[in-house]
Amino acid sequence: MDFESRQHHATIAQRPVGARSVRTPRRTPAPPPEPEPDVWDRRVANTLAFLRRRLTGEYEVDEFGFDRELTDGVIHPLLRPLYRDWFRVEVRGIENLPDGGALVVANHSGTVALDALMLALAVHDEHPDHRYLRLLGADLVFRMPFISELARKHGSTLACNPDAERLLRAGELVGVFPEGFKGVGKLYKDRYRLQRFGRGGFVQAALHTRVPIVPVSIVGAEETYPMLGNFKPLARLLGTPYFPITPTFPWLGPLGLIPLPSKWYIEFGKPIPTDAVADQADDPLVVFNLADQVRETIQQTLHQLLDVRATEL
Amino acid sequence: MTTDPVRQARPPRAVLVTGVSRYLGAQVAARLAADPRIERVIGLDDREPAGDQATVLADTVEFVRADIRTAEPARVIASNRVETVVHLAIASAADPNAGGRAAMKEQNVIGTMQLLAGCQQAPGLRKIVFRSSTAAYGASFRDPAVFTEDTEPRDVPRGGFARDVLDIEGYLRGFRRRRPDVATTVLRFAPLVGRRANTSLTRYFGLPLVPTVLGRDPRLQFIHVDDALEILHRSVTEDHPGTFNAAGAGTITLSQAVRRAGRIGVPILEPALSAIGRGGARNFSLDQLDLFVHGRVVDTTRLIEEYGFRPRSTAVAFEDFLRGIGAVLPRDMIGALEHRILAGLRRSRAALGGER
Repeated sequence: MDFESRQHHATIAQRPVGARSVRTPRRTPAPPPEPEPDVWDRRVANTLAFLRRRLTGEYEVDEFGFDRELTDGVIHPLLRPLYRDWFRVEVRGIENLPDGGALVVANHSGTVALDALMLALAVHDEHPDHRYLRLLGADLVFRMPFISELARKHGSTLACNPDAERLLRAGELVGVFPEGFKGVGKLYKDRYRLQRFGRGGFVQAALHTRVPIVPVSIVGAEETYPMLGNFKPLARLLGTPYFPITPTFPWLGPLGLIPLPSKWYIEFGKPIPTDAVADQADDPLVVFNLADQVRETIQQTLHQLLDVRATEL
Repeated sequence: MTTDPVRQARPPRAVLVTGVSRYLGAQVAARLAADPRIERVIGLDDREPAGDQATVLADTVEFVRADIRTAEPARVIASNRVETVVHLAIASAADPNAGGRAAMKEQNVIGTMQLLAGCQQAPGLRKIVFRSSTAAYGASFRDPAVFTEDTEPRDVPRGGFARDVLDIEGYLRGFRRRRPDVATTVLRFAPLVGRRANTSLTRYFGLPLVPTVLGRDPRLQFIHVDDALEILHRSVTEDHPGTFNAAGAGTITLSQAVRRAGRIGVPILEPALSAIGRGGARNFSLDQLDLFVHGRVVDTTRLIEEYGFRPRSTAVAFEDFLRGIGAVLPRDMIGALEHRILAGLRRSRAALGGER
């Protein structure tokens, strides 16, 4: 578990090696006072204190169920190797995230919604203030036991206007994927082709709360679980939106759950202000126009990022 | 708010409180009787107050024994020129010794209908204060995380009490249309906790092994009994028409509450718990199952602005309740264990370092 900043990895990895190599033949019996901070002792003490707080319930969750301590101490450290070493995520334009509330709108892909988790980690780790992205999830997420509770503890809530607007009014960054299951469950042959953007409820949330919309383009998630086919009868039987057939799933069983190690890019676009049209939230034309503008921006940036990736690889 | 002339309307001369043989009713009635601005407090219930409740009511509250499911309350209202009715005779859990769920529903739904019928015939009536509950708000996966007073629930809840609450509030809306001159205050209380409160939920946290739903960790909210009493009292002496959520700010999850109480949670599959709830167990109902699957958090901005009163937070209210019950796994024991392990590890590391 990672309780401090991740710089410790380096020091911890090196220290035991160094300690063993410096072997003085004989030392005076006086206990050596330790001038440098004892990293292991602090880690052990922190871990024990963390466990004690978890066991006695002495931590805070907000009204949506966001458990900051668990997110920092367990969820983010588990996701970080995937983010850094597996997908080698490259982030551009993090400075486009404004202070205070903003609606972060991204494309959705990859069969399993890993892009949402990677986006949230990118916002936290790359932003100088280490902000948290409050994700909006489909009701299916909150129907599933365990998953629903992990999602809430990670800061997510149901994708509905009351919750989104409450978070935005509180000055939070809210992440939404307007394509929903149409995006995450599309076939590999449709990769990087944005799907329809629902009813534009996300635009209304931004207008009602007068926060800017930040378009985000994610490249790389499409290749993690390339969905070659959708076995619809089984999906209907299981009550899921789709049943994916990928090159490895379900053929390899649990091994098929390992995502392919594609190279990822996440680009935060310039914020689109909503102040000018904020009082026209109930005008469908304004809402659709703004949704189209966001969609076009994301689509164009996706093409640019794909070109960049093609030249870099 | 007190500068508003409407809010300074004179306190009622005669108040009728229903359900005074229960803890909350007795406390509310006794407090109203102790208020010098109120001349008469009439307490109504279908059984004589016993034990603590009898002491609390003593001589200050005029007790009338009447069945709320009949036309008797109407006669009491008319003959005593009652100006304010405080309706607290709403059962939140079925009592297997007193007719179970059927009797509970009859008391809640038929009782409220009869009482409202009596109120409609009373020309001198000025106000009704209703004890409702947040129980009906938040029993669907499509519900928002935080309910305001205007949020409509997406599904009909499974729990009997929650469904009664929806019915009762519906009847009251009908009454408001028929008697717009009568001010109605609906208070949706979160579960009550406090050192002396005895509800199915406080009994639940009193168990050493606490059943929970596997894979669910709902967000809970409580209100302290003393704060609930204060809000009910102000609703009678001041004028606050409307519907208000009444809960302590913030939330704690069930797992957190179980750990803070020093209890051991036992996760059980939802269908099994549902069977227990349907079976009519004393300490576990479908209302509780709904709460333990979906959780429930309400927004209390409207209450705080209207009453100028901020109930103590959910965490503080729960902490006060815990002082009344002992812990199975006390916190200081876990703290002591932490220190022992840390000291032990440091000693063994020092010993290993010494050998080097």
